[in-house]
Formats: sequence, C-alpha cells, structure tokens
Amino acid sequence: MSDSSLLALTLAEARDGLARKSFSARELTLAYNEAVEEIEPLNAYITPTPERALEMAEAADQRLARGEALPLDGIPIAVKDLYCTKGVLTTAASHILDGFRPPYESTVSEKLWQSGAVMLGKTNLDEFAMGSSSTTSYYGPVENPWRLSGDNRPLVPGGSSGGSAAAVAARAAVAAAGTDTGGSIRQPASFCGIVGLKPTYGRCSRWGVVAYASSLDHPGPMTRTVRDAAIMLRAMSGHDPRDATSAPVPVPDYEAALTGDIRGLRVGIPQEYRADGIPAEIEALWQQGADWLRAAGAELVEISLPTIKYALPTYYIIAPAEASSNLARYDGVRFGLRVEGNSLDEMYELTRAAGFGAEVRRRVLIGTYVLSAGYYNAYYLKAQRVRALMIRDFATAFEKVDCILAPTAPSAAFAIGEKTEDPIAMYLNDVFTVPANLAGVPAISVPAGLSADGLPLGLQIMGRAFDEETVLRVAGVLENAARFRHLPSFVAGCGQ
Amino acid sequence: MALDKAVVAHIAALARIRLSEAELEPLADELSHILTWVERLNEVDTSGVAPMTSVAATLLPMRDDEVTDGGCREDILGNAPRTARGFFVVPKVVE
Repeated sequence: MSDSSLLALTLAEARDGLARKSFSARELTLAYNEAVEEIEPLNAYITPTPERALEMAEAADQRLARGEALPLDGIPIAVKDLYCTKGVLTTAASHILDGFRPPYESTVSEKLWQSGAVMLGKTNLDEFAMGSSSTTSYYGPVENPWRLSGDNRPLVPGGSSGGSAAAVAARAAVAAAGTDTGGSIRQPASFCGIVGLKPTYGRCSRWGVVAYASSLDHPGPMTRTVRDAAIMLRAMSGHDPRDATSAPVPVPDYEAALTGDIRGLRVGIPQEYRADGIPAEIEALWQQGADWLRAAGAELVEISLPTIKYALPTYYIIAPAEASSNLARYDGVRFGLRVEGNSLDEMYELTRAAGFGAEVRRRVLIGTYVLSAGYYNAYYLKAQRVRALMIRDFATAFEKVDCILAPTAPSAAFAIGEKTEDPIAMYLNDVFTVPANLAGVPAISVPAGLSADGLPLGLQIMGRAFDEETVLRVAGVLENAARFRHLPSFVAGCGQ
Repeated sequence: MALDKAVVAHIAALARIRLSEAELEPLADELSHILTWVERLNEVDTSGVAPMTSVAATLLPMRDDEVTDGGCREDILGNAPRTARGFFVVPKVVE
C-alpha cells in the first residue's frame, strides 16, 4: 500500500489490515514517522519519538506473526505532552519543566503500550493545559491543518489538546491520547474535524498525568471516528489503585455498543444552551443534529439545566484554585528549571517567575487569591456550592432523558492571535464543554458539518456517569447521518 | 472586587512568583476584571447547599498499610537541578 493510503486508514481499518497482514506494523509506522516530519510546520509535536516507534512496531509485528495480537497492536498514536512517559522528555509545554524525563510511565499511556500501541511522540498543548487555542505553549503555537476558504491565515487548532487534534486531523497520528479539564479534548476535536471523547470522571486514571485541576482533569481519546474512540477508550480505561478517584468498575466492550439503534432513546435539548446568543450557523447545525436523531427513532425532549449559565464563572474559580495548589510543586528543587537566588524564597520566586507563562501565572494568582484567608468562603466555597447545584441539575435531567445533545463550541476555529487581549473572551470558548467537567459526566464531540467559511463544527453528546456506551451509540448515529468526509488543507501523504 | 497593586504584590508573594513593579498595575486590572466576572455567582441562591466534595458519591478507598513503593533514590534525584551525596541541594536556610 502507498503511504497516503496507509495514512488514510482509521484505527479500526488499520487494526483489521494488520490482522490480515495486508501491511506490517513497521510499514505503517514508517509512513507515520514520515508524516510526523511532514507536518512539522504545524508545530503539533514537541518531541517526536521515531526510533521508539519503530522498536514498538517491530515488537508488534512479532506478536502479530505469532497470532498473539493485542487490541491496539501496531497502531501508531500520539500522546499529549501532559502524560508522563518514562525516559522521554515531558514538558506540559512549560519552560518550568525544562529537561524533565519522568522515571515512571503514566497509567493510561502504560495501558496503551500494553495494548500494543506504538508511540509516535509527544504532542504540543497550551502550557499546563490552560487554554483553548494551543497558543500559550513555551514551544510556540500549534497551527490548525484547516484553512478558511480563500484565506491563508493560520488558525488555532483549539486547546488545550491542540497538537493532538492537529496531528490526528492532518493524518500524522491514527489517534491521540488527550486530556480534558474544561473542554480540552472536545473543543479542539470540533475545531479540527475529528472525534474527541471525555469519559466519566474516574473512568481513566489520572496517575502520571501532569495535574492542572484534579477534580476536573479527564484523560480521553481523540480519533477520526466514533468506532476508533470506542476501541481506544477501552484500552485507556480501568481501575487504578494509584489514583484514589479511579472508579473500581468493570470496563465494557464499547465497540459492541455501536449498534446504530437508538429507537425510543430520549435525547435532551437543554434550553439554557440557546440563551448565550450563539451564532445562527451553530444553532442551525444543532437543529440538524436533533433532526438526524429524531429520524433515527430517538425522542427529542426539551430539558432545563438552570444553573448551567454559571458554569464558566464556577470553573474559573475552582480550576485556578486547584491549579495554584497543584503547581506549588514547581519550585526549582526536585526537577525542571531552577533560577538561583540568595535565599530559598528568592530561588522559588525567580524560578517560578521565569518558568510560568502569562496565562499560567494569571491562574495561579487568581487561585491563590480565592483560596486566601478571608476570601475562601466568598469565592471557593461559593463555587463548590454552585457546582453541587449543577450536578443536581444533570441528575434531574437524566431522570427524564438518556443523553443530551448540544453544540461543542460557540464558534469554528479562529485566527492565531485573536482573543488574546481579553482572557475572558478566550474563556468563553468553553461555555458548552465546561458543564460536563463540573458534573463529571461523559461527553463526546463528533464532526457534524462545515461553517460558511469551510471550517469543521462539532456536535456534543453528554450522558449519564459511566454510560459511555449510550454516548458512543448516539454519537455513532450522528456520525453516520452527518457523513463528514471533508479533509483539511494540509494532510500528510498528499504531496502538497 | 477590584484588586490594587498592594493586594497583587501580596498574593504574588504567597504564590512565590516574583513580579516587577511595572507588572503590578496591568495584573491588578486583569485580575480585577476576572474576579468581577466570576462574582456573577452571587446571583445564585445556595442557601442550604453543601459545597461539592466529589462528583462521584464514593468514599476514599482504604488499603493495607504496607510499603508498596520506594527504594528508588537515584530515580528521584535524577531530575534535580542540584544534588549532593544523595540529597537535594537548596540555598542555605539556617545561619
């Protein structure tokens, strides 16, 4: 097979092709190693690992030859550079982690390698996953492989898992492991025309993932199809005693859930999502999604999530508070950057001033303020009370419906450099995704159509806690109806 | 809540991030803007609502009190900017 036809395969197709011996894991990985080089102008990878990829591919080929294939054997994937990978530079896209080579492997990446997946490299992101555009990285901004029709300005891939989304969309990874704290898997998936799944809180272990906001951080898969997300989620999931919030529940065969049958299923349409003055084309796509699901036999039900309009301000208290605590560990003593000082405090202060970028500094300061004596009740506890109401809103809604349909993001991808003046304008990107993080419920983004300017737009399905099966089943129906076959302007292996 | 330069300098000291005098004013504006925005939460009646502690109604798991990890000093020191004789080295803290 030619490189370009190898790169066009979905994860499920590559798995089946490897099983049939139509090509080897080595051939597939060589094609992907080249693709990673080819998309270098997008700055999607911080650290490519081509040699490790080949070693892993050769081991996969041996297992395939012995008839002992693992579920992801020989599948080349990317890993967001927030997952600790043993012996491989792990940066969180921050200057402060300069030179950090973890002596351990994160649980989720370990599970992927144990399932036979091949590591292509570590992908770029917003610094410490704080952002919605992948422009705050110490290693420079990521470019979206998509362009506006008739306009060559570079666009953001969304964030924070923007490098992962760009790599999957540009065919420089079959799939990627991302993380989602306020929309960081789903919003870039929407901006790049791919599938992104944030599972239930506790489904995928956070152990070994650089912590941003621990009660909101969710590892999850980013893929080209819903089936691929189902396959990859199974490999990433499962109880981990090293993460106290990891759920001791069995992991279903998610691929088997993709029956395509949603007859009689009740799908909620949250009226509050309309109130934010969303653009007409997003509203129209949402309506189209509802029509597709109705045509497939689902029943559409108007629902209310009354507290949801406060989701963003709630998030921007809780997430910075947890970040200010989590990021206290970067002190120049045990790993990463160190700027010498005359006293211990001076060394801490100079190291952290030099090591953190503007957005990280902003969030650490906000977090420190809302947790400080005299303000803890007014800000942090207030936000946790509102969050409790929001969880109640979702629980009430899920008594009436089996899942919820909503847009993923309030816009398509925007130009690099836009929305950087006002932090709140950037925060508003996550208005539709943050609620699922606050409530811990699973949510997926599926590419559903193009904007008037020719950019991808996603629709989101949210479900009950630990019911990723329904979320995937409905997403599969949406995907079939949408028939999204468009490709970005920049695709590896197409000889541009 | 409008923060002034003195408050920003105070929280920066708590957060151990060195700021120059010139950075205080713009940061005070930015942070005040964000805090004013999040104060919309005061519109929500939360009387009688307990603050959320966990999205899943689960108790923290217990395990046997056994040593399950350790004995990897070289691994732990391997990333440190400065070490000596098996220890991390920091600026002098005791006169």
